[in-house]
Amino acid sequence: MSHKVSLTVNGTAHTREVEARLLLSDFLRHDLGLTGTHVGCEHGVCGACTILLDGVPVRSCLMFAAQINGKSITTVEGLSADGKLSPLQEAFRDAHGLQCGYCTPGILTTMTAFLAETPKPSEGDIREALSGNLCRCTGYQNIVDAVKLAAERMSAKP
Amino acid sequence: MSTRSFGQPIKRNEDARLLQGKALFVDDVELPRLLHAAFVRSPHAHARIRGIDTSAAKKRAGVVAVYTAADLGDYWKPGPLLLPPPPIEGVVFNERTQVPLVKDKVRHAGEPVVLVIAEDRYIAEDAAGDVVVDYEALPAVVDLEKARDAKTGFVHDDLKTNVAAHVRQTKGDYAKAVAGAACVIKRRFLYDRGTSLPIETRGVVAQWDGKADRLTVWDTTQAPVFIRNGLAAMLNLSERQVRVIAPFIGGGFGPKIMMFYPEEVLLPWAAMKLDRPIKWIEDRFEHFFATTHERGQLHDAEIALSKDGRIIGVKDVFLHDTGAYDPYGLTVPINSQCTLLGPYIVPNYDSTFTALFTNKPIVTPYRGAGRQHGVFVMERLLDIAARELKMDRAEIRRINFIPPDAFPYDNQIIYQDFAPLVYDSGNYQPILDKALKAIGYKQFLEEQPALRAAGKHQGIGLVCYVEGTGIGPYEGAKVQVQGSGKVSLATGIGTQGQGHYTSFAQIVADQVGVAVTDVDVVTGDTDQFYWGAGTFASRGAVVAGNAVNDAAKVVRQKILRTAAEHFECAEEDLALSNGAVSVVGVPGKTVKLGVLADEANPMRGAVKPGTEPGLEATSYFGPEMGATAAGIHAMIVEVDPETCTLEIKKYVVVHDCGTVINPLILAGQIHGGVAQGVGNAFYEQLVFDDRGQLLNASLADYLIPTALDVPRMTLDHTVTPSPLNPLGIKGAGEAGAIPVGPLFAQAIEDALGLPGQGVELNEIPLSPSRLWELAGALAKIDTSATRVR
Amino acid sequence: MKPAPFRYAAPASLEEALALKAEHGDEAKFLAGGQSLVPAMNFRLAQPAVLIDLNGLDALAYVKAEGGTVRIGAMTRYHTLQRDKTIGSKVALMAEALPEVAHPAIRNRGTLGGNLSHADPASELPAVVLALGGTLHARSKKGARAITAKDFFVGVLTTALANDELLAEIELPVFPPRSGTCFLEVARRKGDYAMMGVACAVTLDAGGACSDVHLAYCNAGETPVAAPKAAQALKGQRLDDKTARDAAEMAKGEIRPFGNVHASVDYQRHLAGVLTRRALIAAYGRARA
Ligand SMILES: Cc1cc2nc3c(=O)[nH]c(=O)nc-3n(C[C@H](O)[C@H](O)[C@H](O)COP(=O)(O)OP(=O)(O)OC[C@H]3O[C@@H](n4cnc5c(N)ncnc54)[C@H](O)[C@@H]3O)c2cc1C
Ligand code: FES
Ligand code: FES
Repeated sequence: MSHKVSLTVNGTAHTREVEARLLLSDFLRHDLGLTGTHVGCEHGVCGACTILLDGVPVRSCLMFAAQINGKSITTVEGLSADGKLSPLQEAFRDAHGLQCGYCTPGILTTMTAFLAETPKPSEGDIREALSGNLCRCTGYQNIVDAVKLAAERMSAKP
Repeated sequence: MSTRSFGQPIKRNEDARLLQGKALFVDDVELPRLLHAAFVRSPHAHARIRGIDTSAAKKRAGVVAVYTAADLGDYWKPGPLLLPPPPIEGVVFNERTQVPLVKDKVRHAGEPVVLVIAEDRYIAEDAAGDVVVDYEALPAVVDLEKARDAKTGFVHDDLKTNVAAHVRQTKGDYAKAVAGAACVIKRRFLYDRGTSLPIETRGVVAQWDGKADRLTVWDTTQAPVFIRNGLAAMLNLSERQVRVIAPFIGGGFGPKIMMFYPEEVLLPWAAMKLDRPIKWIEDRFEHFFATTHERGQLHDAEIALSKDGRIIGVKDVFLHDTGAYDPYGLTVPINSQCTLLGPYIVPNYDSTFTALFTNKPIVTPYRGAGRQHGVFVMERLLDIAARELKMDRAEIRRINFIPPDAFPYDNQIIYQDFAPLVYDSGNYQPILDKALKAIGYKQFLEEQPALRAAGKHQGIGLVCYVEGTGIGPYEGAKVQVQGSGKVSLATGIGTQGQGHYTSFAQIVADQVGVAVTDVDVVTGDTDQFYWGAGTFASRGAVVAGNAVNDAAKVVRQKILRTAAEHFECAEEDLALSNGAVSVVGVPGKTVKLGVLADEANPMRGAVKPGTEPGLEATSYFGPEMGATAAGIHAMIVEVDPETCTLEIKKYVVVHDCGTVINPLILAGQIHGGVAQGVGNAFYEQLVFDDRGQLLNASLADYLIPTALDVPRMTLDHTVTPSPLNPLGIKGAGEAGAIPVGPLFAQAIEDALGLPGQGVELNEIPLSPSRLWELAGALAKIDTSATRVR
Repeated sequence: MKPAPFRYAAPASLEEALALKAEHGDEAKFLAGGQSLVPAMNFRLAQPAVLIDLNGLDALAYVKAEGGTVRIGAMTRYHTLQRDKTIGSKVALMAEALPEVAHPAIRNRGTLGGNLSHADPASELPAVVLALGGTLHARSKKGARAITAKDFFVGVLTTALANDELLAEIELPVFPPRSGTCFLEVARRKGDYAMMGVACAVTLDAGGACSDVHLAYCNAGETPVAAPKAAQALKGQRLDDKTARDAAEMAKGEIRPFGNVHASVDYQRHLAGVLTRRALIAAYGRARA
């Protein structure tokens, strides 16, 4: 049995028929072609698949597409507009906060929401907020520095 | 000339795409009529297959094909041996390589038995569940010593032994030398299994295009050229008919190179047979069995020293767990054997290892690739020796360093690249001085008693290592100036986050006078570059980097020659910068590279004899042997003696990897390596039960460090260029990961004052639980073999 | 790691949800935050034929303070509980434990009802609810019933809920003045299930001696495990290092940990002793503050 879902992703409205068991991560990646959302474990631990559901970071591998009727989703593709990097993305580039870049989309979505709630984070706050996203390449230090840099730049701007 | 970018912390070219979710990874490949594969994998570690019933799976709606080993016919073959054993006298090597699908006997849990192909992965998994395999479970070979001693119960029955290899290498005469030693220390060291765990699992997409008569394979491999060549041979195609693309790869760390994985062999075959593209993306559960592991070794080691702490010799006998097959030859245990010697003068060395087959997933190199085991043994022995001889831990290391004037330094044994283990260059004392200063060694030791009195259990550790990097055979690169004025660079290696799109671009940019962002780098596409070996052993920057440099130099010459004709002047009067060539001192006399590229490839008129069209060059570089990097890690740790949990207070890395191309990227490599080392030292362990079952095959239970577990690191460098390559670089990819185990052991021991209680930490990984057990097991360590005269 | 097929239903009302559950019984599972159920389905360890999604039932998400109790709707998410003033002031023990549960993105979805119904003995919150002496209110098509926390957890991943019942509300008593609580755990990494955790509550009489003590442990047996003997022994006593140590020793004998890949049984027991002592002292300090 399939289910009809209507939702907004990165500001664009979509309506699709989905099978009940289709994971939201697979729906975004393969039905909508938004492959920026990555999948690293499909059991909620790695955080690579984290998206913003009505602005709140959640694991897309732990939800079904059938559950998102009427919701609004932001994926990594929605963080920048017209190819212009967001301040957070820009800071990741400047501070070398990514290597293979596989964990990066989930970290960017998670940290975008975090900075909105915590504009002036301490290093400890950042590490705590990051602790649900696994990165195997960077050792986290440059990610932490990138988030700090973004916070500074964003609070410097009015 | 433009500002030199070589050596500068240039931001990465590839980041904009990665940051916006626009980079192509293997699972992002979507093709019309794409099918999906799933595998039936053995739940047993060791079992005979009595029968397979695939009828229900075949009947399921959406299932396209179900294959067992029997269906493969002649295509069923054990995989190739990637590296034969090095030419060491007396070496024993039993080659047994992995098979695409198990025919008769399963040799490790998770070994693939049946391939299911369906319209989507969900259905493929449903159908895999429909398959019934009749197994006769056999007792599993798990423990190393039992594997060695086995009279029955062989992983490979025909061998009548579980020995995969046996190698002895010696330098000097240890047996003789030990007689004159003032201090001999003998201990057993254990280093248990872990896995590389890239956040992207492996994956393969294979597409056969019958009209074009070509096979295209997207693969998360670190070595696309080898895969192309191998597939062509297996499938009876010409190499030109096969294109292997390693697009963006989500971390490799070694195991993504273990060519050929069964999935890499099977998907292209099935795609041709079914004439439809097929995708297989390893899921995280599969990853724990289907991707190779590393690190199980058991050492019985002995060090002999003079009264003043000079090393007289080391003897080591160790067992190495190679898992169910040994396609990667002896690389890992030989690395352990060679790297043990470290930055020290060891006049007499006697090292023997036995590699053993076990009913566990295959072992191949993972970042460090056995080097950490050697470092662990040597550094622990030195710690114990310092204690016995009442010497300072830093001092015993310092006095044993190979002096700077002794290079090239010949260790008189053979390395994994078949070349003699000769260190090209090095200067270790400045590394130590910097490390001691950065960690505040003296000051800490002075403060430690007061901290202890205040109930703070803090300890310090300091560990030295060398790393053989940048081994051959060779890599190549093609540099080409395009009509647009942009420069393209293609090389055969794959990239998994090491920043090659930038570091290689820097090399080219400097030679031809363009911005780094104007160099478009392609790696890992066999249609773009034909030849190459792959990304492993910290060799990308060294080997491919030098090929890139050479090709770029030739292109520079071609540019100058073309421009000299253009302006009718001498080449010496020309300067390259900002994507153009100008005549020095004559304002306005400037021509853009794009224009020159077109002039070098005219639509009319012939190319002059002896010249080639275009501003293009291809070069290859093959170092005669590896370049040896070195470094020291130091840390201060605080341990809660009741819970045995840790807090790392300070972490310092001082590293010498020769000339640095991009310090930003280098720092990132070291940070990442340390994080993996921290995982290896205190968090990550693959736990097998005595039936060979992996007990923690999930990310919830196989613990890779989070942002709260990896400390902030302070980095410093010294630079001793390698004489072996024009750029003077040495590899750095693995350095971060190598010394962390012994560092943890040493610092934790120190924090808890364990040696004073007769407790030593001679195993890795540790954990709070294990630490508590060891610390509680007071005076259980057998020190009887220690004698101090 | 893709889930097996199932039928998905998103009922618009509690009644509808209960009717569906009554119809399908063991074949059906409620879907709350999905942070335990969906991983289990992806591993195909759980293969429910019917999934009844509770996420549309806003009426099940609330925190209310009433008299001496706080009532929490089963679908209240950790994220909400962590930021709720009532929880912070009246159920401080839960507030202290919540940050130890998983990570922010998981806490944005996970629910208290889902957590307790999942009944993972290693989880923090069952131990908290047990230490607090909570009451769990179940609903079914047939009616409602109240189950004490002590009776609710019956085994590993097993509760007293019947196969037509839904956990609707969690009722927690508010401790009287001169009470202090403390939650402590040791996990491998922040956000992991604890190797050992203790939820502790201490109430003092006017003279400063313990009049009421509760101790409950996570990852200490097949269910959250209380240590009533240790708690009882402290009654009438002042808490100091010595009495805390004695109680901790006693508690170590009351728990029944079974060890796992991360922690041996002996280490777990040892941790229970250390954490009990530390938690008692901390709770005592808070009770006096
Ligand atoms: C990476 C990660 C780390 C985690 N770490 C921790 C941790 O450290 N500590 C911890 O405690 N938990 C941890 N969890 C689990 C998490 O807390 C879950 O949210 C919780 O266990 C289940 O709550 P849920 O709302 O997600 O329920 P679900 O997963 O939706 O449901 C769980 C079970 O309860 C049933 N159920 C749900 N609601 C009801 C109801 N109202 N009535 C009857 N039955 C119901 C479901 O049918 C299912 O069987 C972690 C999860 C992840 C993914
Ligand atoms: S893929 Fe969803 S958390 Fe790892
Ligand atoms: S950058 Fe590779 S996993 Fe984070």
